[in-house]
Amino acid sequence: MNAFVGMPSFPKASSKSVSDAQLRHNLRKATHTIRAKRALVVDEQPDWAALRSAGAAIKDRTLRHLDVYLERLEEAVTAAGGTVHWAADAAEANRIVTGLVKATGETEVVKVKSMATQEIDLNSALEAEGITAYETDLAELIVQLGDDWPSHILVPAIHRNRAEIREIFLSKMAAWGRPAPADLKDDPRALADAARLHLRERFLSARVGISGANFAVAETGTLVVLESEGNGRMCLTLPETLISVVGIEKIVPTWQDLEVFMQLLPRSSTGERMNPYTSMWTGATEGQTFHLVLLDNGRTSVLADEVGRQALRCIRCSACLNVCPVYERAGGHAYGSVYPGPIGAILTPQLKGMAGPLEESLPYASTLCGACYDVCPVAINIPEVLLDLRSKVVTRGHHGQRLAMGAARRVLDSPRWLAVAQNSAGRLRHWTPRRLPGPLSAWSDTRDVPRPPKESFRQWWATR
Amino acid sequence: MVGDPMTSRDRILARVRSALSDVPRGEGPEDFTVPREYERTRTGPDVVELLVDRLVDYKALVHQVDDIGNAVDEALARRGARRLAIPAGVPSSWLGESEVIRDEPPLPNVELSGFDGVLTGCAVAIAETGTIILDAGPEQGRRALTLVPDYHLCVVRRDQIVRTVPEALERLDPTRPLTWISGPSATSDIELNRVEGVHGPRTLEVLITP
Amino acid sequence: MRVALFITCVNDTLFPGTGKAVVRLLERLGCTVDFPAEQSCCGQMHFNTGYRDDAKPLASRFVSTFSGYEAVVVPSGSCAAMVREWYPSLGISPPGGVFELTEFLVDVLGVTDVGAYFPHTVTYHPTCHSLRSLKVGSRPLDLLSEVRGLTLVPLGGAEECCGFGGTFSLKNPAVSAAMCSDKVRSVLDTGAEVLCAADNSCLMHIGGALSRQRTGVRVMHLAEILAATEGDT
Repeated sequence: MNAFVGMPSFPKASSKSVSDAQLRHNLRKATHTIRAKRALVVDEQPDWAALRSAGAAIKDRTLRHLDVYLERLEEAVTAAGGTVHWAADAAEANRIVTGLVKATGETEVVKVKSMATQEIDLNSALEAEGITAYETDLAELIVQLGDDWPSHILVPAIHRNRAEIREIFLSKMAAWGRPAPADLKDDPRALADAARLHLRERFLSARVGISGANFAVAETGTLVVLESEGNGRMCLTLPETLISVVGIEKIVPTWQDLEVFMQLLPRSSTGERMNPYTSMWTGATEGQTFHLVLLDNGRTSVLADEVGRQALRCIRCSACLNVCPVYERAGGHAYGSVYPGPIGAILTPQLKGMAGPLEESLPYASTLCGACYDVCPVAINIPEVLLDLRSKVVTRGHHGQRLAMGAARRVLDSPRWLAVAQNSAGRLRHWTPRRLPGPLSAWSDTRDVPRPPKESFRQWWATR
Repeated sequence: MVGDPMTSRDRILARVRSALSDVPRGEGPEDFTVPREYERTRTGPDVVELLVDRLVDYKALVHQVDDIGNAVDEALARRGARRLAIPAGVPSSWLGESEVIRDEPPLPNVELSGFDGVLTGCAVAIAETGTIILDAGPEQGRRALTLVPDYHLCVVRRDQIVRTVPEALERLDPTRPLTWISGPSATSDIELNRVEGVHGPRTLEVLITP
Repeated sequence: MRVALFITCVNDTLFPGTGKAVVRLLERLGCTVDFPAEQSCCGQMHFNTGYRDDAKPLASRFVSTFSGYEAVVVPSGSCAAMVREWYPSLGISPPGGVFELTEFLVDVLGVTDVGAYFPHTVTYHPTCHSLRSLKVGSRPLDLLSEVRGLTLVPLGGAEECCGFGGTFSLKNPAVSAAMCSDKVRSVLDTGAEVLCAADNSCLMHIGGALSRQRTGVRVMHLAEILAATEGDT
């Protein structure tokens, strides 16, 4: 069962998380750390603005001609000995992957951290067929052992601090394999060593690996995975069978285009000049059997929206999360999806449709401060998409708000009525309560309400 | 095989085409302009100095050496490493007194864990980002070889060093399996604190030769 | 120079003092100020909440009211950004010459010393739309640093949003209040007597919390500080 099914609206979920002092402390520390690191390495790149424009344009070129590039990618991967599968939705992707694993006769797989497989909740689908999927990224391991949900694209366990992680390792590792050492300390070094020991034998014995990909090069059929720990290399290299589930928007047209993204992505995501490890492979490599599963699962609906389409440029760097003041207070879980933060607020409603209370609250989970747009390495104008989605949300229901907005518009569209309203406010100024009734009480719970002046500016001007 | 993949293929391609009805019919992929005003090359400090600086920044150990064989012996002695795995094509001149086993025929992966380290060359190194790229050539071997042992000693020739990422991609062959290495394995998953060494080699030592 | 003042509906109704200050300041700098009475609201609240059909007539009203002017001065970063950045997405082309107040002073009039006197410790909050949509940069600080008697103290985390966001503060009150309380803490950490910004909506939000917590810190629109002279004290 997908952890994120039936989530409450963003305001509801976030009002709960915002009062969790430990969570807010963890998030503040982590987002501010990575934000500063990113700023340093971006400032050091003299042609950042030009790289950003090129990155956005390469992705736009890909999206505008996605059919051409998908066929080109399929041809190149096939020519290099890989097998390409097409999955229209999550259920189909899960059926394909489960079928491929079963065909190998294996009941265990090792996984590289991948947003696409989280999006389709592959692990549950495998489990239902008696296959255990082991997450091998340290943060994903923390999430999996803790029976928790990811709360960040890059560092899914960002909501956990070292003491909590130590507890999870001590109490849960044994059930999944090699137990944590009994005298485990809570310093990051000791925790990372425990993960190394826990997973080492698993890597050496695994015969099926499952990954996503950061990029898929249409021209050559090359897949690219960026990572830090080496768990990715383990999963991509050691097993006899490799299955990669890749969203159809992950394509870049040419090998040369990687020169742009290999500069944009590491600096934007981990704030490093380059991430420790990147693997690139083309088709069946070093005797491996290779399957590529191309995933739609709502992406073609996003593609159909001329304003919203730019969300498909996203290279999942998570820079927008790290600068978002709303994410920093609300935390990732409040976004009710594997895609939290500003990018999630525009991606989730578009991928899933805006039928539910969560999906239609997400476009409003932003102050439109614009920090996300500034840092986005592919220049996704997130405020623009949020505004466009809001205009779609209000076309259904919301009668009270519609009436209020209509009334406000009628007053504002008539300077005469506006003056009348201002005059009455001025006369009643001493009766203006500091605390307001109804939905407006949300304001006055923590803030005093300004007292209307005796006369408005236009009244003053008229008598000047 | 599950289901009929052709059906979904056609369905997805049809959906893509109908989603793109706003794109002018005559527009080909190349008609959509990509501005490439970024710098493919740059001038700046000496690439060797820059590479050393960036590698050290990643906590890699770096030496500029003349005699590779001696330098290898010294590096292994410092570390107390005795049994070394090497790719089939590592020249004998790189090897001093140490005990080496050539990966030919390929050693079982489980056995790789038992080695004290691995010695390889590289295909390209990027100075600006402190990156060493392996392309599975004769001096580098298959990918698992530089992954499973805990210590990677890597020889980089001066003429293999480029300054920028675009210069490196130009030199690489995408059909080969490529591994880009920037410092030792690391994680920042715990409170965003960087810890060197998780699953890959925990120590990367680089010998830069003329 | 003849300029039109777009006062904005929030300033007109709730903060007339800001409008009076703008008039005083501009006239002192030799401008002739017009206040076209047909003006009302730029349509931002409707647009930002999703009600584009309601925003359109307001935007059209703005265009027809102000299109004859060479320069329109707006003492609000977010309203100026609404006109310049977002009118095109309503299919309405904005009139040329719409300036946020500090842009007008620095770029059009070419002044940073506006002859102001304000003997207080002040900290400045750059509101998001001035900062990131209009990119006013250091203009407000350049103006403030020329004010005689004024001690300018830097605000920690200045570029972080205060959490107002228009209807965001009503739709997501908990997160909005959390952001506001962090901003309030940064303001208090400066020890300033006055918090200043170029947008009264953000100041209403932060000021509402400063007042509720009885901090004694006043909020003032930048125009009110720039308009102040020796005679005022």
